[in-house]
Amino acid sequence: MYLNRRTFFKAMGATAVALSVGKVSAASEAFSDNGTELNGMLYDMSRCVGCFGCEYDCAEAHEAEMPDIPRNPPPRKLDETCRTIVNKHETSIGMVAFKDQCRHCSEPACTAACLTMAMYKTKEGPVIWREDKCMGCRYCMIACPFDIPKFEYKSTNPKVVKCDMCVKRLVEDEIPACSYFCPEEALTYGKRSDLIKEARKRIIENPDTYIDYVYGEHEAGGTSWMYISPVPFEELGFNMKIQKKSYPGLTKGFISSIAPVDLLLPTFLLGVYQATKSTSTINEEDAI
Amino acid sequence: MNQTDTIQYLDNKENKTWRFLISELKPKTKVFTAFNIITLPIILLGIALIVYRFMHGLEAVTNLSQDVPWGIWKAFNVVVGVAMAGGAYVLVFMTHVLHIKRYEPVLKIAVLNGLLAYVFYSAALVLELGRPLDIFNVIIGNDYGVSSILFLVAWHFMLYILCLFLEFSPSIAAWLNARKMHKFLTGITLVAVVFGITLSVLHQGGIGALFLLAKDKIHPLWYNNYMPLMFVIQSVFGGLSLVVVVVAISWKIFAFQLTEKMLKAKNDILVGLAGICSVGLFSYVFMHIIIFVHEKYFAYMGTGWGNWYLLEMIGLVILPMFLFMYSYKTKNAAMVIVSSVITLLGILVNRLNVSLIAYNIDAPVRYVPTWQELTVSLAIILIQIWVFRWIILRMPVLRNAPDWAKGH
Repeated sequence: MYLNRRTFFKAMGATAVALSVGKVSAASEAFSDNGTELNGMLYDMSRCVGCFGCEYDCAEAHEAEMPDIPRNPPPRKLDETCRTIVNKHETSIGMVAFKDQCRHCSEPACTAACLTMAMYKTKEGPVIWREDKCMGCRYCMIACPFDIPKFEYKSTNPKVVKCDMCVKRLVEDEIPACSYFCPEEALTYGKRSDLIKEARKRIIENPDTYIDYVYGEHEAGGTSWMYISPVPFEELGFNMKIQKKSYPGLTKGFISSIAPVDLLLPTFLLGVYQATKSTSTINEEDAI
Repeated sequence: MNQTDTIQYLDNKENKTWRFLISELKPKTKVFTAFNIITLPIILLGIALIVYRFMHGLEAVTNLSQDVPWGIWKAFNVVVGVAMAGGAYVLVFMTHVLHIKRYEPVLKIAVLNGLLAYVFYSAALVLELGRPLDIFNVIIGNDYGVSSILFLVAWHFMLYILCLFLEFSPSIAAWLNARKMHKFLTGITLVAVVFGITLSVLHQGGIGALFLLAKDKIHPLWYNNYMPLMFVIQSVFGGLSLVVVVVAISWKIFAFQLTEKMLKAKNDILVGLAGICSVGLFSYVFMHIIIFVHEKYFAYMGTGWGNWYLLEMIGLVILPMFLFMYSYKTKNAAMVIVSSVITLLGILVNRLNVSLIAYNIDAPVRYVPTWQELTVSLAIILIQIWVFRWIILRMPVLRNAPDWAKGH
């Protein structure tokens, strides 16, 4: 091929565009495939007073059984009866409440695990569970680094229970129930990128109030639900070992090897079959 | 022949087939043996428990929890069982692809063992599904979760069962005296073989890859990035070890079906398999040494988990490796069987560690299977053995195929 100066520059230009597009897609962890920006929630634990109101609002929004919360409850865990849970922790600065629910990862392990795409990351941000697809294998529970999906073992037609970021309300242009009803405005719903800026702003403006860390900005490759805290996150039982890269990345290597192996190994085997065939006829007499 | 004659002829033919099939259902050996008397109640209890499980949900019979979502049915019958069913593809590779005639006498029994293992372990898997009726979603495409390892495993599993069935089907055709069918099925064996091996390698590795996502939940001594590869290597020596045990037992029980020549070849076959197993175990140990150094496992030595790891590695992997080598050198078939049993125990311990024992070690309540779960697990294996025996007594698996079936 003859390359003159003009075509050379054209090619350079095209390459540069291709490279920059590649870079954009690599840096788009906060964006879903079709380019819309993910929404999320910022949970400010210095504002939360632990009134448990969100637990009731959550149950009401999902038409679930109302929680029965005793006065000064012992530490509780998420189970198949609830989508969120608030625990009060005694810390170095006194009582701090911690609300736990699905973190709605940007690249969720559960959706990568699910073989029927019942666990599904919507383009708006919520990770939802779709009943008509799930076969109840519970691989999402194995995969989730935050141990969020819960399973109704008692039922003969069990469901996977987890926070869906009130996707039904989102469709009707309302914000999630817990955020909407929170009397202390501890839960801020919005665009994930805006929430990161807001979290940084609060930390910079009140350096004495907050620990300089946004939990969820990078955990598991970034989550839609992010936390800022007045005490070190370890004191509240946060898992700090969670890797900063996305979990589906752990299996990408294996998955990309499937197609080549499926195509090349049979070819190779047939080659070996042909190559060893002629010599074997000599030994046919020894066969039993 | 007028029309009524034809119908009568077809009727007779059909009757003959039916009568043959019904007569084949009747037991061919003594009914009241110690084995039957012990196993039948377990099987019946297991079936009753399975019915109960579908009527009342998983909670009614299992100890599964929010912390441990996969119990003994998946861990033992599927994760462990699949490694041990790997003998079929290894032997098929050696006999059909590499044309090694030496292992031909044990090929059919290994394929039958693999086929039944896969069918029954899939059944165990369905039992543990919370919504078993929705299993068809993955076939009909509601939806295809192509980025899921479990999707790969499910499809490769299903297709491999088909391949194993095709590989075994000439024996069924020979039993039914279906000569044309036999010729056709023998003709397509190579296709089933080539794809069967490929599907095996991928789903064996896929089961290891399943646990890659559980990075922070499995104790670091049992989690590593090489798990898919390690599971494939395990399936080679584990599968062959089970073939050794199956051959050792079935060639004794069904010795009357075997020719003199085959019985004489037994020692040679077992010793040959020991050689392959020892090499497989050697590569497995070598990989473990690399992982040990690379992942800085030395820090865990001296702890309880470290001792458990060393016990598994030294007692159930390195020991049988040397035993296999020694038995290969001395041509000692009895020792091959002993080493195989230890190797199988090693795979059992390793895979239970990955999927249950070292899984979610921080969980407040440890998972201990209920007696119901254990009974069902055992019942599934016992039913498999019953079907295995039923087939061996009827089809040419151990005994030679009829003369007309030879030569193609």
